[in-house]
Amino acid sequence: MSEHHKENFITKYVFTQDHKMIAKQFLITGMFMAVVGMLMSAIFRVQLANPGETSILYNLLPGAWLNDSGGLNPDKYLALVTMHGTILVFWVLTAGLSGTFANFLIPLQIGARDMASGFLNMLSYWFFFLATVVLLSSLFVETGPASGGWTIYPPLSALPQAIPGSGTGMTLWLISITLFVVGSLLGGLNYIVTILNLRTIGMTMQRLPLTVWALLITAILGVLSFPVLLSCGLLLIFDRSFGTSFYLSDIIINGEVLHNEGGSPILFEHLFWFLGHPEVYIILLPALGIVSEVIAVNSRKPIFGYKAMVGALLLIAFLSFIVWGHHMFMTGMNPFLGSVFTFTTLLIAIPSAVKVFNYLATLWRGNIRFTPAMLFAIGTVSAFITGGLTGIILGDSALDINVHDTYFVVGHFHIVMGLSAIYGMFAGVYHWFPKMYGRMMNKNLGYLHFWGTFICAYGVFFPMHFLGLAGLPRRYYSNSAFPMFDGLSDINELITFFALAGAIFQVFFLFNFFYSIFKGTKATQNPWKSNTLEWTTPVERIHGNWPGELPVVTRWAYDYSKPGADEDFILQTEPLKEGEIEH
Amino acid sequence: MTNILIVVVVILLVATLVQILRVSELLSEIKNKDVNEVTDKDNNTQGILFLIVGFGFLIFVIWQMVTWNHLLLPPASSVHGTQIDFLMKISMGLILVVFFVLSPILFYFLYKYRGKKSNKAYFFSHNNKLEVVWTVIPTILLTVLIIFGLKTWDKAMNVEVTESTTIIEVYGQQFNWTARYSGLDNNLGKANFKLVKGRNTLGVDMLDSNAADDKMAREVHLVIDQPVLLKFRSQDVIHSAFLPHFRVQMNCVPGMTTQFGFTPNKTTAQMKESEGEDFEYILLCNKICGASHYNMQMKFIVETQEEYDVWLASQESLETKLLTQK
Ligand code: HEM
Ligand SMILES: [Cu+2]
Ligand SMILES: [Cu+2]
Repeated sequence: MSEHHKENFITKYVFTQDHKMIAKQFLITGMFMAVVGMLMSAIFRVQLANPGETSILYNLLPGAWLNDSGGLNPDKYLALVTMHGTILVFWVLTAGLSGTFANFLIPLQIGARDMASGFLNMLSYWFFFLATVVLLSSLFVETGPASGGWTIYPPLSALPQAIPGSGTGMTLWLISITLFVVGSLLGGLNYIVTILNLRTIGMTMQRLPLTVWALLITAILGVLSFPVLLSCGLLLIFDRSFGTSFYLSDIIINGEVLHNEGGSPILFEHLFWFLGHPEVYIILLPALGIVSEVIAVNSRKPIFGYKAMVGALLLIAFLSFIVWGHHMFMTGMNPFLGSVFTFTTLLIAIPSAVKVFNYLATLWRGNIRFTPAMLFAIGTVSAFITGGLTGIILGDSALDINVHDTYFVVGHFHIVMGLSAIYGMFAGVYHWFPKMYGRMMNKNLGYLHFWGTFICAYGVFFPMHFLGLAGLPRRYYSNSAFPMFDGLSDINELITFFALAGAIFQVFFLFNFFYSIFKGTKATQNPWKSNTLEWTTPVERIHGNWPGELPVVTRWAYDYSKPGADEDFILQTEPLKEGEIEH
Repeated sequence: MTNILIVVVVILLVATLVQILRVSELLSEIKNKDVNEVTDKDNNTQGILFLIVGFGFLIFVIWQMVTWNHLLLPPASSVHGTQIDFLMKISMGLILVVFFVLSPILFYFLYKYRGKKSNKAYFFSHNNKLEVVWTVIPTILLTVLIIFGLKTWDKAMNVEVTESTTIIEVYGQQFNWTARYSGLDNNLGKANFKLVKGRNTLGVDMLDSNAADDKMAREVHLVIDQPVLLKFRSQDVIHSAFLPHFRVQMNCVPGMTTQFGFTPNKTTAQMKESEGEDFEYILLCNKICGASHYNMQMKFIVETQEEYDVWLASQESLETKLLTQK
C-alpha cells in the first residue's frame, strides 16, 4: 500500500488513490450535476405552467440552442427533459450515490486500509469525469443535446433527420454513456473484490453492516447489467454511423426512403430494459442500505430482522433481472409473455413490503434521536411506501394499458426512485459528513432543508398521479393542444409552484455543506455513538485509515441498547462479555 | 438589470446566513454547549412536526382525491375497459388502504418514540413469527391481485376476430394519423413502405385484389356495440396509439404490425350528454416521437349503424382515389 508516500497537491486532491478522497470527488461531481439537472427541471416546469412564456431561468444555463430566442420551443423542451433524466438517473443517483458511498464506506466499514485496487478506483473516477465533460459539452452543440428521452429508443435516436437532438448531441450522449459504463464497471468490480477479500479479522458476512450488503449487491447488479447497455449502445452506434439495420426497418423519414430492412426497435427495448430495470435498483439499494444504518443508529435499536433484510435485498436483486418486460407491455408483445412479466413484477412487492415492515418495527419502542440524517432516512421510508404502492398498479399489465407512459408513471418513479434515493443520499451526507470532513454540518439548517424538501417534493409528485389518471401523456411540451386537458392547468401551476419552492430549499443544503467544510464546528471521533468501524478511525483523514493495527471485529453492527451493557451502543470491536450471546 | 439585482440579492442572503450561523455558534460556545447536539427539546419538536406534517400530507392526499375527482377520465366506453376499471377500483382501494394504514403508523411511531436522554430503547432484533406473518399477508393479497389481473389482461388482449369484426388500420407518422377502412371485403389490402408515393400515402399495394375497396380517412367512425380490430403501422419512428376513453393503447412500430381489438359501448352523442358538449373521443400519441409529439391527434366517433353507413358511403374508395382520378 502507498500510505507512506509523500503527498503533493496533485496526488492528494486530483489523481488520488485514497478511497476517501475519491468518494468526495464523486460526491462533489454528483452535487454539481444535481444542480444542473434541477435547474433544467425548473425551466421546463415553468414552461408547463405558463406555456410559451420566457423565463429568466434560461440565462442560467449555457448553450446557444437554448437561449437564442425567447420561449422554449418543443425541441428544446425535449432536450431538457432528456438531459434532466439522464443526469439524474446516471450521474446523480448512480455515480453520485454509489460512487460516493461505496468508495467511502466499504473500506471503512469492513476494516480495510483501502480498496483492493486504488489505481482502478482512480481510473473509475476519471472515466466518470470524462463522461461528465462529454455530456456537458453536448449542451453546447448547435443542434442541441440528445432529445429522444433518457430511454433513447430508436429509430428516433438513430436518425439525425428525425429530430435535431439525434445528430451530434446523440453521438456525444452515446460516447459519454460508454465512458460512464467503463467507469462504473471498474468501480463495481473493485467494490465486489474488496468486500469479498479485504474484510478484517472477525468481519464475517453475517456481521457486515447492511450498508455494505446493499453496496455489494448493487455492485453485482451493475457488473451484470451495464455490459448489456454497452452492447445495446454499440449496436445503436453501428446503426447510426455504419449503415447496419439492427434496430431499423421499413422507414421513410422526411420523405427519404431508407434502405434498412429486417431490424427491430423492439430488440433495442429488450436490451435497454435488461439494464434499465436493474438500474432502478442500482439506484435504490444503496439508499436503502444507508437508511438501514441511519435508522438503527438513531433509533438506538438493532435493525429489526437483519437476516430478512439481507434476504429481501437478495430477492429484490434476483427478481430485478426478470421483470424488464413490464416497461414493454404495450409494444405488441405476446400477451402470454406479458402475463409472465406481470407475475414476476408483482412478486417484487413482497420483499419490498417486508423491508417496510422491518423499518417500522425498528422504530417501534426506539429512543429516536432526530438528527438531520435521521429525518431524511425517514423520508426515504415514507417515499418508499407511497411510491412502491403505485408500482402495484403499473406492474399489472391490464392496468398498465391505460396508465403506461402517462404522468402516473412519472409520479410513481419520482417518488419510489427519485425521492427515496435522493433522501437516502442526503441522509448519507449528513450522517457521514463528520467522517468525511472532520466537522459537523449545522443541525438547524439541516432541519429546515428537510422540512422544505419533504413538503415540496410531495407537492410536486403526488398530484402527478392525478394528471396521469386524467390521461395526460408524459413528455408533452404543452397540454394545450387537447381540450380534454384544459381542466388540468391548475394542477400544473401547483406543481410548478412546489417545484420552484423545493429548489430554493436546496440552497440551504449547498450552503450548509460548503460552509461546514471550512467553518463547521469540529467533530468528535464518534459523534452519533455508532457501533461500526469507521468511527474507530481518527478524526483527521489519514491514508490507510487506522494508524496502528487493523481493528478486530467480535460482534455484529447492531448492538444498540443491549440489556446489560453500560451504554446504549457497543463498538463492533468490543469483545463479547463472558456468557453474552451475539444478538 | 434583473440579473444583477438577483446576484446582489443572492450574495446578501448568503452573507446573512453566514452571520446568523456564526452568531448561533458563538452563543453556544459561550454557554459551553454544542449547537449541533440533538437535545430532548429538538426531539420533541421534530416528533411533533412529523405528526403535524405527516397527517397534513395525508389530508392533502384526501383533498386532492376530492377536489380533482371530476378531472379524471370518465368510466370506460368499451366492454373490456369496464373490466379494467373494475380491476383498477379494487387495486386502488387496496393500495389506498395500505397507504392509509402504514403512513399513519410511521408518523405516529416517530412522535410516540421521540427520544429522551433518560429513556432507553427496547432491544428487539428479530421475531420469526412476526416476520412470517408479514411475509404471508402481502403474498396472499398479491396472489389475488395477480390472478385477477391476469384474467383481465387475457380477456382484453386475446379477442376473437369474427366475421362481424370491423378491421381498420391506423397509420402513424411524424406528426399525424391516417386511418384505412378495409371496405366491403373486410380485408385490408397489402401495403409496403416502398410503395408510398404521391397520394398513396400509406403505400397500399393496388395490385392486391383486397386493396381496391379500402378507404382512407382522417377520422375514425365506429359503430356502437360492434367489435373492431385496429391494426397499427408506423412510417418513421415509434408512436403509440392511445385512446384513453376506451382503455386502449398500443405502440406503432416501424417494420411490424401491432393490433388491439375492442368493442365501444357508448356513442359520442351519449358521452356529450354526460360529459358536456365539448366531449370527443380522441386518439393521442403516447410515445415520444419529436417536436409535435404533444399535438398528434385524430378524432374517433362512435355512432349508430345508420349514421355510420351514411358516413362510410360518403368516403371514396382507394380505387377511385388512386386509380381512376389522375
Ligand atoms: C422499489 C423501487 C422502484 C424503483 C426504483 C422503480 C423505478 C421505476 C422507473 C424509473 C420507472 C420509469 C421507467 C420509464 O421511464 O418508463 C418505473 C416504471 C415502472 N415501475 Fe417502478 N420502480 C420501483 C418499484 C416498482 C414496483 C414495486 C413495481 C411493481 C410492483 C414497479 C413497477 C413499475 C412498472 C410496471 C413500470 C412501467 C410503467 C410503464 O411504463 O407504464 N416499480 N419504475
Ligand atoms: Cu422496471
Ligand atoms: Cu408521439
